This record gives sequence, C-alpha cells and structure tokens, in this order.
Amino acid sequence: MTHLLALPLLMGIVASLAGTRLPPRHAPLLGAAVAAACFAAYGFLGLGMADGVAVEAAFWSVPALGIGGGLRLDGLGLVFALLISGIGFFIFLYAHRYLEGDKRLTRLSVMLTLFMTAMLGAVTADDVIVLFIFWEMTSLTSFFLVGYDHEKPGARQAALQALLVTAGGGLVLLAGLLMLTVATGTSSLSAIIAMRDIVLTDPTATAAMLLIIVGCFTKSAQIPFHFWLPNAMAAPTPVSAYLHSATMVKLGIYLLARMNPLYQDEALWQSILTWFGLGTAALGALLALRETDLKRILAYTTLTALGTLTLLIGAAPTLTLTAAMAFLVAHALYKAAMFMIAGIVDHETGTRDARALGGLRKAMPATAIATVLAALSMAGLPPFIGFLGKELIYESLLEAGPAALLLIAGMLFVNGVNVAVAGLMAIRLFFGGQRPTPARPHDPPAGMLAGPWTLAALGLAGGLLSGAVGLWIVGPSAGAILGAPVTADLYLWHGFNLVLGLSGLTLATGGALYLGWPRIQPWLAGIAAIDRFGANAGYEKGLAGIIRLSEVSTALIQHGDLRGYLRTLFLVTAAGLLLTLLLRDGFALPGFDSGTVDIRALAFLGIAGGALATVFARTLFGAVVCSGLVGFATALAFLFFGAPDVAFTQFAVETLLVAILAFALVKMPIRRADDRTARDRVKDGGIAIASGVAVTALLLAVLATPFDSRLSDWFGNASLTDAFGRNVVNVILVDFRALDTLGEITVLAIAAFAVLALLRPMLQETRKS
Amino acid sequence: MESLFAIAIGILTAAAVYMFLARDLPRVLIGFIMLGTAVNMLILAAGRIGSIVPALVAGNESALTAAAANPLPQALILTAIVIGFGLAAFALMLIVKSQRILGTVMPEEMQEAEGDVAPQALPAPAPARRKDAA
Repeated sequence: MTHLLALPLLMGIVASLAGTRLPPRHAPLLGAAVAAACFAAYGFLGLGMADGVAVEAAFWSVPALGIGGGLRLDGLGLVFALLISGIGFFIFLYAHRYLEGDKRLTRLSVMLTLFMTAMLGAVTADDVIVLFIFWEMTSLTSFFLVGYDHEKPGARQAALQALLVTAGGGLVLLAGLLMLTVATGTSSLSAIIAMRDIVLTDPTATAAMLLIIVGCFTKSAQIPFHFWLPNAMAAPTPVSAYLHSATMVKLGIYLLARMNPLYQDEALWQSILTWFGLGTAALGALLALRETDLKRILAYTTLTALGTLTLLIGAAPTLTLTAAMAFLVAHALYKAAMFMIAGIVDHETGTRDARALGGLRKAMPATAIATVLAALSMAGLPPFIGFLGKELIYESLLEAGPAALLLIAGMLFVNGVNVAVAGLMAIRLFFGGQRPTPARPHDPPAGMLAGPWTLAALGLAGGLLSGAVGLWIVGPSAGAILGAPVTADLYLWHGFNLVLGLSGLTLATGGALYLGWPRIQPWLAGIAAIDRFGANAGYEKGLAGIIRLSEVSTALIQHGDLRGYLRTLFLVTAAGLLLTLLLRDGFALPGFDSGTVDIRALAFLGIAGGALATVFARTLFGAVVCSGLVGFATALAFLFFGAPDVAFTQFAVETLLVAILAFALVKMPIRRADDRTARDRVKDGGIAIASGVAVTALLLAVLATPFDSRLSDWFGNASLTDAFGRNVVNVILVDFRALDTLGEITVLAIAAFAVLALLRPMLQETRKS
Repeated sequence: MESLFAIAIGILTAAAVYMFLARDLPRVLIGFIMLGTAVNMLILAAGRIGSIVPALVAGNESALTAAAANPLPQALILTAIVIGFGLAAFALMLIVKSQRILGTVMPEEMQEAEGDVAPQALPAPAPARRKDAA
C-alpha cells in the first residue's frame, strides 16, 4: 500500500526516459497513459485513506546528510495529485492533436511527463529537501516548456524570466525550509509542523516564515512577482493550460496551505497573505480588462484566482479554508478547460484576438457547448461548482471581522471581472454575428475536445453532487490545511440571504463590465504608465542593473592590466603587514648600539646603494649592471656572516644571471628609459616605500623577540653523529632535507627544458641565416 | 648591526617593488630577482647574524660550537637562490620570445596581439558570410 505512493514517480521517470525514444506521434500517448495510471494509483490510495489518515512511506533516505526522504499523502496532497494527474491526462491528449506534425512533440511530451512527475513529487514529499528538489524541477521543466518555441526571442525571454523568478524564489524557499530544519532538528515536513511550539519560539521563526512566503509568492505569481505569469503565455497552449492554470502556479498555494497549521495564528502571516492576496487578485482583475489576447486575459484571471486563494489561506477561520479548497478545485476545472478552448479557437481560426472573434457557435458547436459549461462555472452560476466556491468565499469573508467590508468589495470587483471574462469567452466568441477569421473555423478533433468537455462536465457534476465533493475532497483537504478535522457540508441552495445578494451583485458588476468591455479595454490599454512602472519594467531594470554591476566590478577587479594586479598585490601585502603589526602592538624600535657595528656593514651599504642605483639608472642596461651590484653585495654579506657556501652560490648565480641578461638584452631596446609618467612614479614609489617600511618593521619586530635556537642546535648536534658530515649546511641539504633538494633539482631541470624549448627555434633561425 | 641590516633590506625591498611595477618586462624581471634577494636576506637576518665563523664542525669536536653561524637559514637560502635562478632564466626566455614574436616587451601592448589571435578560436563563419568576404 505505502509503496504505491512511489509508483507514480517511478512511472513518470521511466516514461520520461522511454519517451525520448518514441516518435512524435506516439510520445504524448505514453504520457497520457502514465497520467491515467497515476490518477488511478492516487484514486486507489485516496479510497483507502479513510478518516483523513495520511499514507506515509520512507524512501531513499540519506542519513549522513540528514535527509529522511519520505513521501506522505494526505487530503491536501490527494486533491493536488488527482488534479495534476487527471488534468495531465487530458493535456497529453490535447497536445497530441494540437501540435500534430510538430517534430518537437517528443521533447514536449517528455518535458511534460517530467514536469508532471515533479509536481506529483512536490505535493507528496514529506521531506524539505525532497520537496525542494521537486520544486526546482518544476521550475526547470517549465523553463524548457515556456521556451518551447526557442527560435522566438520573446519565448526565450519569457522562459528565462519564469526561471529566474521561480527558481530564484525556490532558493529563498530552501533557506526558509533549512531554518525550520535547523530549529527542529528534523527535515520531515509533518514532524516540523507537529513541533509548532519549537518552530515559533525559535529566534529565526519570523525570518523563516518570510522566506517561505517569498518562495511561495514567486511560484504562485503573487505581487510583486506576478509579472512572469502573463509573459509565460509565450508557451504553447497545452503548456499554459497545464502549468499556468491548474498546476505549477498552484504549487505555491499548496505550500502555503501546507504550512498554514504552523503559522495560522501569526498576525504577520495572516496580514501578509490576506493583503498581498487581495492586491494580486485586484491587480490581476484590472490588468485582465486591458488585454485582447485570449490567453493573456485568462492568465490575468488566473492571477485573480491565485490571489483569492492566498487571501483565503491568510484569513484563518475554518470556513475560509473550505472555501479555498472548493474554489481551488472549481478553478482548476474551469480554467484548464478555458485555456484549452482558447487554444482550440486559436488553432482553428488562426487568431486569439478577442476583438476579432465572434459567432463561432455555428462553425464549432461542440466547442461552444463546452465553453458555455465552463463559463457558467467560471461566472459562478448555479448549479456549477464555481457557484459553490464563490458563495463560500463570500460567506467566509463575511466572518472576517473589521476587514470584511474591504475584502468583500475587492472580491466583488474580482469576481465581476471573472464574470465578464466568462461572458467574453462564451458569448462574444460564440454568439452574435460571425466575424471573418484567418482560417475557416470548424470543431477540432475529439482528442482536443475531450479535456474541455470532461472538465466542464465535472464542474457541473461537482455542483450537483456538492455533498460528495464536500465529504470526499474539500473536507479532508481543508482539514489538512487547518491541522484539525473539518466537516464541509456543501450544498447549493442557502436560501435568500446576504450571500446570495452578493452573488447577484457580482453578476450585475460582471454584466456591466462585459457590456462596457469594448470601451473599457482600449481605455485601460492606452494608459502607458502601467507598462512603464509595472513590475515587469522593474524586472527589466533589475536585470540590466545586474549586468551593469558585473561589468563595473569586472572592470574594477579583472581589468587585465598587469601593473594594476601587482599594485594591488603589493599594497595589500604591505598594508596587511603594517596593520597586523599595529593591531598586535608589534612595532619595535631597538636601541642603536654603535659598538656592535663593524666594517662588515659596508656590505649593507652595497646592497642599499645598488638597489637605489638600479631604481635611478637611466637605461635598462644600467639597471642590469646596478642590480648585479646588489647581487654581489649580497654575496659579500653571506661571506661576512659565516655562510661561505651560500656566498659562492650567490657569486656563481649572479655572474650567470648578469651574463644571460646581457646576452638577452642584445635583442632588446636596452637604451630605453623607464617610461612611467610622473603620476605613476609617485604611485609606484608610494607602494614601494610602504612595502620597504613594512619589511623593515617586520624584521625589527622579529629581531625584538628572543631567538629560538632549538632547531639550529639540533642540526648542529646531529650533523656529525647522525649524518657523518662536518659541513652542517651541506648535511642539511643532502641528508636531512634530501627530498627537498631532489625536488629543487627537478624544478631546475624542468626550467632548463622549458628554456631549451623556447630557445631552440631561435637557435635554428640563427643557424640558417 | 642587525638594525642597519633591516634598513638595508627595507630599501632593497622598496627598490625591488618599484622595479616590479615598471611598464616593461625586463625591469619587472629585475624587480623580481631583487625581490627574491630581499627575501633571502630577510631569512638570513631572521636567523640572527653576527658570527663570521662558518657552520662547520671542527675536527676534534662532535657538535657545532655556539660561536658558529646559524646553519638553518643558509640551507633554506641555498635552495631559494637556485630555484630563483631557474625561474628568472625561464622568465627571461619568455621576455626574449615576446620581443621576437610580438615585437614588444610591454604587457600593455600585448593586448592587441591577443586580439589578432582570438578570431581563430571562434567557430567557422556561415557560408553566406564567407561569400561576402570573398
């Protein structure tokens, strides 16, 4: 039984892999079969799930990473799982005919299958990490689905926008979920929700809540992230009907509902959800009236539905949750149907401009009937399930206390616009005089009509069988959101009361908006300020800003100027040394005792003088000679301070270096002066002096500390007894640190080979000439 | 004595850094070599200086006397000198090569050379464009 829970996910993944091998004609049929099988599996699980007891199963747990990896199906998850797989079935059938002959249909159906699997995984996941993975998988697949017509720049931009907003939001969500995990010590969602007191008293409680809200808002296109949804209409219609009406955009709603038992008594949670929900709904309604493209109109009405759902979850009492679930089911049924109808009209007439369409009922009678049924549910007329949802919304909001008046006024407008859009879809498109269209319209094949017909009929059946809907679907799911059992006694007729009056008022508003639409639409569309200051413009500016910021920072950090890098390097080193000495109180000024100074100090004079002479040498050749002076003075210093071996090495190396330099410089402009500008000289001089001061200060600080001679003493004592050598320096090199010396020799050999490789072509040239 | 040495090393470091920041690569190389020398001196000085006696165990003794110089920094410096020499020789060959191939030893002028190379790395242009070029 519990293993049945993983079966749909397994089937989905296998079908996604197998689907890539299928020809475009058959690939969607496999998807449809998988969707039907998933629906059956969840239906079977749902039947066995009496009394709202959740089905749980643990899979792929990774204890080392603290991932439980469980699946869990309760009333809320079941409603979503049934909607996802059920609507998915019709979407596959629809896509099969809608994109008939399109070679990319295989890719589309594989992506759709993968998307469906991810959605099913997300709504049944009981582990925050698993939830997050599936959540982001829906974002990723939606990127490919929205960008299906990838040759079109518009589709690419819309896909990127949807990905940036929803996947970015997913990362925010992850942060919030991880905070909950850290606070409770478990990654199981149900366990986290059960530990409500621990979560709410944790110092990070508010931050975690806000992060989760942001994540959900991006996914469910709430203000201010709403702009990606209408733009995502660049996707082919099957995708819009599936992702952007019934499933993906509801994922945020799902998680808000899932988290509600945790936060429902928090004032911040309630007010954010209520007011952002209302704002989204009202804005969606207003913007829906501006559009003429059927799909964009529907996209904005989807915003109104998502806003309404958020609002209802935020307003906590029991009835609002019942209303939310009833409305969610009603909306999924009629909106998916409406999108498919918009696609059919587009497909058969060649246009989806609401102004250019009319009187299609004679040419497309079967489509007309489905549209009328769906529109009646959308408009919220009895005996459809949409009526049920709307009545419940009003009824529950009347209990919402002081804010009720504002909320109801907002809902009146929002629902009025939905009535108007339903009228637009049903009456304007299919009745009245027929308008000429680019293609001669006729009813589409049965595969495309199956979805709208079934979903619209279910809308009617749901209204008629309201008692069963309440008992089997709304009650258990609302109970899961509330965290306590809910009995949803749904019935169509409430008698003549205030709620019915509000419904009448809604219809009147909607009717007026519908009749006024030919004038309201151009007027609203003419207001350019909405485009200029809208969230979409903000997104564009933000994106451009990010690019500019990266340009500026790249120019600043990775400028490609060698001297710039070196300056930074030396400055940081010098500043680091001086600052450390300053902060650790390390500056030491030793007393100067002239008695210890003897003739050997002349070597120091040679070093410093040679160094300065190198800097002030006019030509390159002069600089080479002066730097040689430094080298020989160094060798003298070694000789004076008991290091004859080092001194001889230094003499040899210095002689070789000067010789090689002189040889190489023959080919170079040796008379060339140091051509730095005066400004550069000041800058470089400053950095150089800072470096010199830092090194001197460092050395003085080191010399001020007592000398620890243990290591040197050990070498001195062990040299003869252990290694049988009297020259301690040599013994260290060839015995105690023999491996180091071997490495050094290797490095030198590699350098010699490299030099040879560089030199050889030149030598050959010289030989030829 | 040691303080004087510290000052001399500071001056050497400053001169090395100043040369390192020059616009032409030969001067950068000189700066590089001088900086290596400065660090060698730093190691020597940190191991304390003063004794002129080499770190040799006398024939009739079994351990180094306290009067001898510190052997440890010397061993480190010996390695450093040799490695530094190898690196300097290699860098010098690169400079010589850049003078021969690019005709310059100024890194700032080498950016143009990079620009000439880049187009070859791009995928072959479309046939239509090739026709235009012809």
